[in-house]
Amino acid sequence: MKALSQRRRHPLAAFALLLMALLVTGGIYAAASTANEAQAQTTTFTANDVEEGSKLFSANCASCHGMGATGSDAAPSLVGVGAASVDFQVGTGRMPMQMDGPQAQAKPVQFTDEQIRQMAAYVASLGAGPAIPGEEILSASEGDSSNGGELFRVNCAMCHNAAAAGGALTRGKFAPSIDGTSEKHIYEAMVTGPQNMPVFSDANISPDDKQDIIAFLKTIEEQGSPGGADLGSLGPVSEGLFIWVAGLGVIIAFTVWLTSRSS
Amino acid sequence: MSSSTATHTYTPKTRVGKVTDYVDSRVGGSGIVKEFGRKIFPDHWTFMFGEVALYTFVILLISGTFLTFFYDPSMAETHYEGSYLPLRGVEMSVAYASSLDISFDIRGGLFMRQIHHWAALLFVASVAVHMLRVFFTGAFRRPREFNWVVGCVLLILSLAAGFTGYSLPDDLLSGNGLRIIDGVMKAIPVVGTYLSFFLFGGEFPGTMIIGRLYVLHILLIPAVILLMIGIHLFMVVLHKHSQFPGPGRTNTNVVGYPVGPVYAAKAGGFFFIVFGVLAAIAAAFTINPIWNYGPYDPSPVSAGTQPDWYIGWVDGALRLMPGTLGDNFDFEFMIPFPWGVNALSLNVLIPALVPAIIVFTAMFLWPWIEAWVTKDKREHHLLNRPRNAPTRTAIGVAGITFYCVMWAAASSDLIATHFLVSLNDVLYWLRFLVIFGPILAFMVSRRISLALQRKDREIALHGRETGRIVRLPHGEFIEVHEQVDDYKRYKLTAFESPEVMVPTPDENGKVGLVDKVHGRVSRFFFEDRVAPVTPKELATSHGDHHSEIAGAKDRESIASH
Repeated sequence: MKALSQRRRHPLAAFALLLMALLVTGGIYAAASTANEAQAQTTTFTANDVEEGSKLFSANCASCHGMGATGSDAAPSLVGVGAASVDFQVGTGRMPMQMDGPQAQAKPVQFTDEQIRQMAAYVASLGAGPAIPGEEILSASEGDSSNGGELFRVNCAMCHNAAAAGGALTRGKFAPSIDGTSEKHIYEAMVTGPQNMPVFSDANISPDDKQDIIAFLKTIEEQGSPGGADLGSLGPVSEGLFIWVAGLGVIIAFTVWLTSRSS
Repeated sequence: MSSSTATHTYTPKTRVGKVTDYVDSRVGGSGIVKEFGRKIFPDHWTFMFGEVALYTFVILLISGTFLTFFYDPSMAETHYEGSYLPLRGVEMSVAYASSLDISFDIRGGLFMRQIHHWAALLFVASVAVHMLRVFFTGAFRRPREFNWVVGCVLLILSLAAGFTGYSLPDDLLSGNGLRIIDGVMKAIPVVGTYLSFFLFGGEFPGTMIIGRLYVLHILLIPAVILLMIGIHLFMVVLHKHSQFPGPGRTNTNVVGYPVGPVYAAKAGGFFFIVFGVLAAIAAAFTINPIWNYGPYDPSPVSAGTQPDWYIGWVDGALRLMPGTLGDNFDFEFMIPFPWGVNALSLNVLIPALVPAIIVFTAMFLWPWIEAWVTKDKREHHLLNRPRNAPTRTAIGVAGITFYCVMWAAASSDLIATHFLVSLNDVLYWLRFLVIFGPILAFMVSRRISLALQRKDREIALHGRETGRIVRLPHGEFIEVHEQVDDYKRYKLTAFESPEVMVPTPDENGKVGLVDKVHGRVSRFFFEDRVAPVTPKELATSHGDHHSEIAGAKDRESIASH
């Protein structure tokens, strides 16, 4: 202890202390973030997948994301985004991006499932990140839809709308409708946070709760609308538009008919 | 009626006649039928929106009564055990659970909920359209000013009825609506928090509000609406119905069908048409899917949260109001009072109250404002065509534009997502339009009214352009104008057109301030004016060779040349 106290005014003491503080916070952060990170079942990729994926990446993605996926002025680095990110972005057609804009739009998928798997393998090989979820976590029938509904309303509905019909964000960005999105892609969106969506890590929403949310979404998708045509599930605006245009329109047609015989 | 009982010498012969006479001699039914059965109502499709409002109100009473049998306005906590799976076991209020039960577990309940809600939307819409008809045709003028005011009160009551009903299911959407009302109330300086605590029985949301709104919704508001409808219809009978001018239709008569039997049959049939249309809509289209929104919880707010259409304009005004101007000016002032500092939150108070105050004040006072401008104290039973009162029409259109921009602002998020534009840009545009839109609308619609008047004048004087070019024997080419018939021409020419009133100086040669202002306003109203066709002009136009050859006989004479 004496040696330590004697050297406390050494010119390098401040640096040593700073280094120690950084190591401690960094270490705690690393431990915490691994604990938080979505630990879905990892699909195993072969060296050949990585090899093929690398070629596909160089040919289709590197012009924006850079050689080695280290990023450029036009697009972010993909080191550590994980296989789930690739599977979501390419698997829903958002990547390769059609054009620059507020956010990447979904469009017809440009690659085969095999090619997407290979690119995912390549990106996963660059650094640890969320993996593509396995089948067992995605089976909607296992989930509790009423718990999922509560979680959805608290965490998702403010952007995606209570009936998952989508909603607006600032400056041309938007939260898309989730209707028709596959279980796998819903899960991947939650763990990777594509576009403007926040990441919902396992510490935030556990894998079981994610399964419940998927179960809820699939339940309301499959049950349809109990009260007749849902008018887009957009709430009172589409209802008001409907009564003014269709409802009042029909009534006016009748008033014209009823009074047409006089004068 | 006294005369019918005094001269009661009639002895019926049949059994039906005896029963009828027994009743009639006690309640005087024949007198009532005699008095009201021959009441004349003119026919025009725009006269039927008041009826639509009345019929939707009847439908609301019937369907609403059904709903009260099963609805429980309690905010006690429960766990849902009904048949809607995605909410099974969720903690919620008894009110929301009973609304879900009406939707899923009571036979016909969902249909009744939907017809009640659709009827409510149509009720307010038909009240609004009816008022617009009355405004644009000048039916609010003497002697109908008070009935216009009763109508305005009915509009406000229908908004109140709608809003209190919207809140009853206690779902997330309606709770968000109540939260906004709570916020607006708390923004009122000094007494705001007291008012809010008084209404909610403590801090929002509390456990009282649903029960209180229920009492207002099913007892007080419908009772006052019924009373007002009674007064409204009594005055309609008293004043007789107004009519559009036409041959034989004057300020002192009413041309149309009597209530018994024609009008009663038509009106009765129309009730069932309205009922049928609403039933078809309720059966085929979802309204307010409360099961999507979930139980009310003060933390989440779903995207696409809007009030029903008639409250939308206030929501829109709140969205349009900037939170801050620049970086520093935030519309909030801290005002020191002897008892402490109170906040004055103009960023909430201005959008929540100012547009409503402007619209409702202008609406209530309009009959007197216009009477002051025109200095017209006569009774009016003949309606104006909107184009023949260009300034009034333009002010009405400006008001509609003001309202509709705020209304559109309530769906700014849906405009952004459905037309693929930036939400921010939508708001910037609407902020511009809420100020300048009414001014532009005023100018454009006044020009259109005047242009239509000029067109009418042209047609009355020279007839309709047929597009048929005829070469006359001496080589001249003319377009044949077809004269309109006398009935049509009457409609084009029979209207009054007030002129600018120049203020007259008093005995000292001075013009008072009020007279000066009146002169200015009168000039603003009537400076741009298309004078109606005079009989003299009409007579000279007949000497005009364009019209001379337009009749059928003339056409023959051209052919024979």
